Amino acid sequence: MLLNLWMQWPLDLRSLILMVIEVVGVMLAVVVLVALMTYAERKVIGFIQVRHGPNQIRIFGLPFFKGVAQPFADVIKLLLKEVIVPTKSDKVLFLVAPLLALVPALSTWAVIPFSPQFVLADIDAGLLLVLALTSLGVYGIILAGWAANSKYALLGAMRSAAQIVAYEIAMGFALVGVLMAAGSLNLSAIVESQSGGVTHWYWLWLFPLMVIYFISGIAETNRAPFDVAEGESEIVAGFHVEYSGATFATLFALPEYANMILVATLAALMFLGGWLSPLQGVLASDAVFAQPSFVWLALKVSLFLFCFLWFRATFPRYRYDQIMRLGWKVFIPLTIVWIGVECGLAWFRVGPWAVG
Amino acid sequence: MLTTILFYVFATVLVASALGVVLSKNPVHAALALVLAFFNSAALWLLLQAEFLGIVLVLVYVGAVMVLFLFVVMMLDINIAQLREGFTRYAPLGVLVAAIMVAEITYVVWVRHLGLDLSSWAPAMPVGFSNTKALGALLYTDYLLPFQLAAVVLLVAMVAAISLTMRKRPGYKQQDIAAQVAVRRQDRVRIMKVDSEQVR
Repeated sequence: MLLNLWMQWPLDLRSLILMVIEVVGVMLAVVVLVALMTYAERKVIGFIQVRHGPNQIRIFGLPFFKGVAQPFADVIKLLLKEVIVPTKSDKVLFLVAPLLALVPALSTWAVIPFSPQFVLADIDAGLLLVLALTSLGVYGIILAGWAANSKYALLGAMRSAAQIVAYEIAMGFALVGVLMAAGSLNLSAIVESQSGGVTHWYWLWLFPLMVIYFISGIAETNRAPFDVAEGESEIVAGFHVEYSGATFATLFALPEYANMILVATLAALMFLGGWLSPLQGVLASDAVFAQPSFVWLALKVSLFLFCFLWFRATFPRYRYDQIMRLGWKVFIPLTIVWIGVECGLAWFRVGPWAVG
Repeated sequence: MLTTILFYVFATVLVASALGVVLSKNPVHAALALVLAFFNSAALWLLLQAEFLGIVLVLVYVGAVMVLFLFVVMMLDINIAQLREGFTRYAPLGVLVAAIMVAEITYVVWVRHLGLDLSSWAPAMPVGFSNTKALGALLYTDYLLPFQLAAVVLLVAMVAAISLTMRKRPGYKQQDIAAQVAVRRQDRVRIMKVDSEQVR
C-alpha cells in the first residue's frame, strides 16, 4: 500500500527525496563521527600521557561505556551558552565566518566514494573539486580573525592563512602524482585503479607523496604540531579567541575535525586503496575477506586518524619559520622531484604503469 | 527549464556582487563580494558544461589569489574620508571611462556577435564526454608550445617578484637553520674542571 503510494509520486520528486535523505545521512554521520573523534582524541592522548581522560558521563545513565557521552554533553553545553558578539566587531562577518568554515568542510563529502556502490556525486573532476572546496575553508579562519577586531585573532588568522596557502601547493602536487598514476580525476576510478592487493596500492610507488600529503593535511587542518595559528601560549587561542557558544562549536570544533576526517579519508582512498581489501589476491577471489567493502575504508581511515592524535600527543609545536621552511623549501621541491621520478617509472612501464 | 532558472539566479547574484565590489565602502567587504562574483561565474561555467574551467576558477582565484588579496587588504589602514576627497574632481573621468567600457561591450556583444550564431545554441555534448580530458588533449598536443610559453612567462614573473624582495640591507640578521641543526654539544657547552675551594 505504502509502496504504491510512493510509486505514484513523480519520478523527479522521488529521486529528490532520496537524494536529500542520502545527503542528510552523510552529514549526520560526519557530525556524529566528529563528536566521537573528540572523545577518541581525549582518550588516546590520555592513554599516551598515562591518565584516564573523560570517564564519567554515560549514555542515559547506562552502567557501561562511561565517558562516551562526554562529547554530546559538550555539544549541548556549547549550544546553550550565550553567543557573545564583540561591540567593535564587524557583526555580519563575525557571524558569517563560522558558516564559511563549516560549509566547505561538509560539502566536500559529496564526492567521496564510501564503497563501490555508494557515492553522493560520482563526478569526473572529483579530485579537483575536493582541492577547490578544501581551499575555501581558509576564508572562515581569515574572516573570523579579522571580523573579531582583536589583535590576537588577527595574528592567528594571518599565521593560519600563510600556513594553509603554503601547504596547499605541496598537497596539490602530491595529488598530481596520484592522478598521474591513476590516469583519472574521478575518486572511484582512482580506487579501482589500485585493485590487486596491497602491493598494487599507491603507497608503495608513491610513498614520499603519501608522507607529504599526510603531513600537509595536518598542516592544512591546523593540527599539532602545526598549530601555531592557535598557539595558546603566545596569542591566547588565535583566530577563535572572541568566539563563544554555538559559534565556537561551528567555527572551531566541527570544521577542524570534519577536515581531519576528510584528509584521512582522502589519504586512505588515494594511497591505501580505499574500500579495496588488503587480502585481495591472497585469498580466493570469492572469499568474504577479499571483497571490497566500506569496512576496509573505515579501518584505513581510523589508522590515519589515530596518527593525527598520536602526533598531537608526541610532537612539540613547530616554530613559524620552521613551518614555512618545511612547506616551501622541503615539500614542494620533493614533490616535484617525485613527479619526475614518476615520469621515469611511466616511461619504463614500472609499478602502476605496468602493461597488462 | 531548471537550467534557465539557475542561470538567472546565479547571474543576478553575480551582477549584484559585482556592484558590491564597486560600491561597498569597506575594502574587505569589496574583496568578499569579488569572491562571491568569482564563485557565481564558476557556477555559470558549470551550467555551460565547462566543469574544469569552473572548478579551476574557484581553485585558483577564490582559493589562492583572493586569499592573498584579502590578506593584504586586511593589513591596510585605509582612511575612507581621505579617499573620498577627490571624488567630485575625478567623477567626470570615471563616467567617461565607464561610458567607453559600456560602448565597447555593446559593440562586441550586439554588433559583432563574436562570430557566434546566438540564434542556435551549441549542441549538447554526448553523455560521458569529459571536458577535462578534451581540454588536456588540446593543451598538450595542438597548443603545447603556447602553453609551455605561458608557463615560462609566469615563472619569469615569479622569479622577478621574488628577486625584488631579496635585497641586502645592513644589520640584517637571519637564522641559518642548517647551522642550528648541525650544532653539537661541544660547540656550546664547555666543561670546566674547577678545583674545589679550600674550606677555611
